[in-house]
Amino acid sequence: MLMPKPDEGTIAKRDEIIRAMQSIVSDEGVITDKEELRAYDCDGLMAYKQVPLIVVLPESTAEVSKVLKYCFENDVKIVPRGSGTGLSGGALPLADGITLGLGKFNKVLDTDFENRCVVTQPGVTNLAITHAVQHKGFYYAPDPSSQIACSIGGNIAENSGGVHSLKYGLTTNNVMGVEMVLMSGEVIRLGGKHLDSQGYDLLGVITGSEGLLGVITEVTVRILTAPETAKAVLLGFDTSEQAGDCVAAVISAGIIPGGMEMMDTFAIQAAEEFVNAGYPLDVEALLIIELDGPEVEVEYLIGQVNKIAKDTGAVHVKISQSEEERLTFWSGRKAAFPAVGRLSPDYICMDGTIPRGKLSEVLREMNKLSKKYDLRVANVFHAGDGNLHPLILFDANNPGEFERAENFGSDILRLCVSVGGVLTGEHGVGIEKRDLMGEMFTEDDMKQQQRLKCAFDPNQLLNPGKVYPTLHRCAELGRMHVHKGGVKFPDLPRF
Amino acid sequence: MTENLKPENNDQVLEFVQWAVTQKMPLDVRGQGTKLGMGRPVEADHILDLSGLSEITDYQPSELFVTANAGTPMKDIYAALDQQNQQLMFEPPDYGPLLGSAVDQGTLGGLVACNLAGPRRIKAGSARDNCIGFHAVSGRGEMFKSGGKVVKNVTGFDLSKLMTGSYGTLAVMTEATLKVLPSPENTRTVLVRWAKDGDADQLNNQAMTEALVSTNEVSSAAHLPAKIAARSAVAYLNSAGSAVTALRVEGPAPSTAYRCAALKELLSKFGDVEELHTKNSKILWKEIADVSYLAANQERAVWRISVPPTEGAHVVQRILESAEADVMYDWGGGLVWLQIDEVDQASKNLIRGSVAQVGGHATLVRASKQLRQSAIVFQPLDPYMTGITKRVKNGFDPEGILNPGRMYKGI
Repeated sequence: MLMPKPDEGTIAKRDEIIRAMQSIVSDEGVITDKEELRAYDCDGLMAYKQVPLIVVLPESTAEVSKVLKYCFENDVKIVPRGSGTGLSGGALPLADGITLGLGKFNKVLDTDFENRCVVTQPGVTNLAITHAVQHKGFYYAPDPSSQIACSIGGNIAENSGGVHSLKYGLTTNNVMGVEMVLMSGEVIRLGGKHLDSQGYDLLGVITGSEGLLGVITEVTVRILTAPETAKAVLLGFDTSEQAGDCVAAVISAGIIPGGMEMMDTFAIQAAEEFVNAGYPLDVEALLIIELDGPEVEVEYLIGQVNKIAKDTGAVHVKISQSEEERLTFWSGRKAAFPAVGRLSPDYICMDGTIPRGKLSEVLREMNKLSKKYDLRVANVFHAGDGNLHPLILFDANNPGEFERAENFGSDILRLCVSVGGVLTGEHGVGIEKRDLMGEMFTEDDMKQQQRLKCAFDPNQLLNPGKVYPTLHRCAELGRMHVHKGGVKFPDLPRF
Repeated sequence: MTENLKPENNDQVLEFVQWAVTQKMPLDVRGQGTKLGMGRPVEADHILDLSGLSEITDYQPSELFVTANAGTPMKDIYAALDQQNQQLMFEPPDYGPLLGSAVDQGTLGGLVACNLAGPRRIKAGSARDNCIGFHAVSGRGEMFKSGGKVVKNVTGFDLSKLMTGSYGTLAVMTEATLKVLPSPENTRTVLVRWAKDGDADQLNNQAMTEALVSTNEVSSAAHLPAKIAARSAVAYLNSAGSAVTALRVEGPAPSTAYRCAALKELLSKFGDVEELHTKNSKILWKEIADVSYLAANQERAVWRISVPPTEGAHVVQRILESAEADVMYDWGGGLVWLQIDEVDQASKNLIRGSVAQVGGHATLVRASKQLRQSAIVFQPLDPYMTGITKRVKNGFDPEGILNPGRMYKGI
């Protein structure tokens, strides 16, 4: 993975930059010690490491504004960072850049139950928002699997999803407003406790922008009343086609489950060995379907799902009879990554989305690729929205195996795109899928996206080297190319 | 001379825009032109009429999306979805009569460009939450796309959001993909008939809020003062003689029956409670979505105000202290529709000032062309927001040829 060449001039100015930062934030808010910096050398994509120039930990919007203004005026790069749990390398530091940690922004500012929203600082964890409101029967719906550690600011940067996104939407559908600092140091507010922002929907493009457009310093999110009850159904199928049919039939029947997860044989066996969730071991595909809502609705829908499952050939059907059993059903799915991880020295977790109807086709092709690359792959999916998470197993100590695993992963994502899907469903592009962007987008597509970045960050100082494979200068992107079209078209219809 | 350029395919859109770029010739980009009354009048020499691009190009019910050309009439899309018992969850309103034109007009492109949403906005989002991909020609004369046909997608910047609600000022959309979902099996509406209008004005927020924070999964909450309720086609409302608050629940029949009963019990302290079943519910919520009650008296101006839900009634109270207006509430109190006699400096200051106090925005949705030309139609932006808005526009349409001035003067 090639990163932009570090600027020697910036590295030479390190002491000067440190002094400037110390004049803005408290002394312990500037980390310069080589050993301490090592704690920040990667995010959740641990295969890539880089010690940052320095780390700065501001405590207020005013401090963030001053830091960015200094960097803007002195041409210093910035990598924003929440909890560092991202899986695509979006917070990978730069040797010539400041890593700006938002960890000190850790307070929930306002829980407004009547308007059903929470105003919080961006360093607060996803789960802490639910903790702040659950005593009144509310929760924050998006639930990425790292929710105990990941920050809400990071969730916005990545537009995080989770098991519940099928029914309750992604982060983008649950964020109502932000305060953010532009690279120039200007502070803007987008949205708030009301719905829909005035003017262009900048909130919509900030969400999922992977730290390329600005630094978020305050967040307003929507909270929901927790459903009265939830039940889960565990279904085993002889073939993944049948499981795929079952998913399609549930959706076609108008049922939108709170969660609908699928695992393949390898993942089932690994999880069962690890946590004894009671999964059937003689099936090719396992589905966990969770229904939530008023009890009478859940009972009714469980009956419907049960019938659909039998019609589509389920050989194993188990309905949770208690909250404890429901959580047991989920324990295997939630432990799937570490469970598979136990079986191999190393693994990488991929993330693509495909049309639901292509599930079995993609699985078949993936098994062919597994043979071609001679690497094992386990599959867990958010089946309801076609979001795949293949786990590729490898041993980094075997020369060339990491590269082979990466190439296997790239081929899986190409496969996703070729069947009408996309490169990433919830983990983001970061550096991991950066060089695959051309599989999905033309040069013009990407240039238009980068022109949006130029509107926010004309000198490309915010998180450069991420998401887009080619760095174009904004001046070059802004230039108009004169197309044909000098003459008016006499033969075109006009009325 | 104004010419009407009417492309028949995407390549022709590209050619027309490229020609306009080289000639620096502003274009008035439109579908059927039914929402021209919204926003500022465009200052352009030529009309780029997209109504010739009107095909549903890819509808896959099992994949829960529909893709169509920008000029596709919405009624064609509804007909296709109806056949599969599916719908657009954000419940696009039909502002035809409100804006002085016919019903059942309008195109997909217009819907997306104006980011419309109906009463289910509080649960299912607006057009921006449901548009998952598009193809367009930028004001640079380049074709580009963003998003895709799957919901879960974080590949690159989410330009679908930016395009939604940009009133055709950034790019000429040629195709868009929207999320669809199966229509709910059953719909019920709980009505609260208030004994005194005065109480209703004070307490309607409280009633809607109590319903919305309950576990009854209310999909819409609206409040109609007595004068407005009397204009409904639903007998329960027009004969009520009082203000009415309406709460909607949707889903499988046993579930809606249960939730409806729970809501009636919860809300009976505010007034008499009644319930509407599917047929009457559909009529009522379409009236509310389309703001039918304020369609008459076309010479009067209409404002659309979005504020935190608990502030809706307070904002209205402040406005009514010094102006006469017809009012209705949607989105649990967060959306206020206001019909008012005059739009002069004092009333604009009054409305925008009241909104500014609580956070939100006010849009002048209906007013004369002269007024929309001179007045600021959308909530004014602060200097930093103006700066970023101009820079975003410049990235997509540096020559300023696409719907210039439609949202803000000079942008």
